[in-house]
Order: sequence, then structure tokens, then C-alpha cells
Amino acid sequence: MLELTLFYIASTVALFATVLAMTRTNAIHALIYLIVSLLAIAVIFFLIGAPFAAALEIVIYAGAIMVLFVFVIMMLNLGEKGDARERQLLQPHVWLGPAILSLVLLVELLYLISTVEGPASSGSVSPKSVGLALFGPYVIAVELASMLLLSGLVGSYHLGRRYLDRGL
Amino acid sequence: MQDLVVPLNHVLFVSTLLFTIGMLGLMIRRNIIFILMSLEVMLNASALAFIAAGAHWGQPDGQVIFLLILSVAAAEVAVGLGLVLQIQKRFNSLDMDDANRMRG
Repeated sequence: MLELTLFYIASTVALFATVLAMTRTNAIHALIYLIVSLLAIAVIFFLIGAPFAAALEIVIYAGAIMVLFVFVIMMLNLGEKGDARERQLLQPHVWLGPAILSLVLLVELLYLISTVEGPASSGSVSPKSVGLALFGPYVIAVELASMLLLSGLVGSYHLGRRYLDRGL
Repeated sequence: MQDLVVPLNHVLFVSTLLFTIGMLGLMIRRNIIFILMSLEVMLNASALAFIAAGAHWGQPDGQVIFLLILSVAAAEVAVGLGLVLQIQKRFNSLDMDDANRMRG
């Protein structure tokens, strides 16, 4: 039952951190909350029997991708003016409509998930079996992912280089 | 086949809540950096659902899809942040409502 308690605590942290990240006006504060949320999700991965995915979540998401965000925010150097503008944009009449709509969708989905019964649970999945699946039946997906990453590299280099050429 | 302690339904609840928060953030925020962050949250929530399903049935496929989602997120963020720099340069603002017109 200890693992179940840990799971509930981690989920609560993840949800609160994500909500706080979405409602901040300062981008760096939001990023810190987002990193907390990613770490909590890594804990959940570990608890449901995917330690390899938990490690990747921390190394790639919380490590690499979030650092990319931090670099860009620091290059932009927004300051207090951006803060005031965001605060003005976050009036209740702006977000009330979408909030009610998504609440309806959320209640619907939660109802569906709670009524459908699945088969019995099983134990954890080892990194070895993930590797075997990745380079066995999923090898074409690995190739496609490598092409995607290459195009992402070329695209971001192209966009970023023009930014630097014209001066800051 | 040992019994998993955490029920699949509860993980899916968390995943759904996270996805909804991300979608809500995507719809109500107009700052492009927060839009990209919301996309990350949504991708993460779907990855959580995949991992939970993979662990539930004891198959590696869930984690394979998680790796693919990870590479999609990395590529998307790299291009998206390049666009953030361009938009900040051109419109001197990160508000997407300033950049919603096509040329011509």
C-alpha cells in the first residue's frame, strides 16, 4: 500500500505543479513548476514499473528540453513589461469559456475511464525488452524518428541563424 | 504476471487531468512560450497513458511509443523556440494575437 500512497502524492504534486505552471506570468517561474511536474511524472513512471522511462523523462525532458526553454527565455530578456501584459490578458472573461468546455470533456472522460473494466495487471517492463522491441518490429519507427530529429535540427538552425545574422 | 499495485484507472485519471490542464493552457494563454509549454504537458500526459498501458499488459510497446513521443517533443521544441526568436525579432512581442495575420 506504500506504493499506492506514493503514487497519489506524486500525482497530486504533478497536477498542482502543472496548474501553477500554466497560471504564472513569469516564464522562468512557470518553467520551474513544469520541471517539478516532470519529476513527479517520472516518479509515477517508476511506481508503475517503468524505471527506464523514468530515467529518460528526467534526463531528456527535465534536463535537455527544459534547459532549451531556459536558454531562449534568457536570450529574450522579457522583464516586468511582459509580466504586466500577461496579467492583463488573464482576466476571467478570457478563460471562463474554454474552462467550462474542457471541464465538460474532462467529466465525460473520467466517467468513461471509471466505468470500463480492463484485464488484470502485470509486473514491470525491463529496458532489455524495450530495446529488443525497438530494434525488432519497430525499427522503421526508429528510422523515422531519426529523420524527424534531423529535420528538426536543420529547421532550428535555419531559423536561429537568421535571427543571429540580423543582430540582437 | 504479478499484480501491479497502482490501478490502471488511477494512472489514466492523472493522465487525463494533465492533458486537460495542458489543453486549457493552450487555449487561454496567448504567450507563445506558454503555448509551447502546454504542448509539452499534453505530450507528457499522453506518454503517461502509453506507459501505464504498457505496464498494465506487461508489454514493451508502451515504452517504445514513449521514446518516439520524446523525440517528437525534442524536435518540436527546437523548431518552436527558433520560431519564438523570429517572432520576438519581427513583432517585438511574444503575443500570438500580434502574429495571426498572413502576408498578402
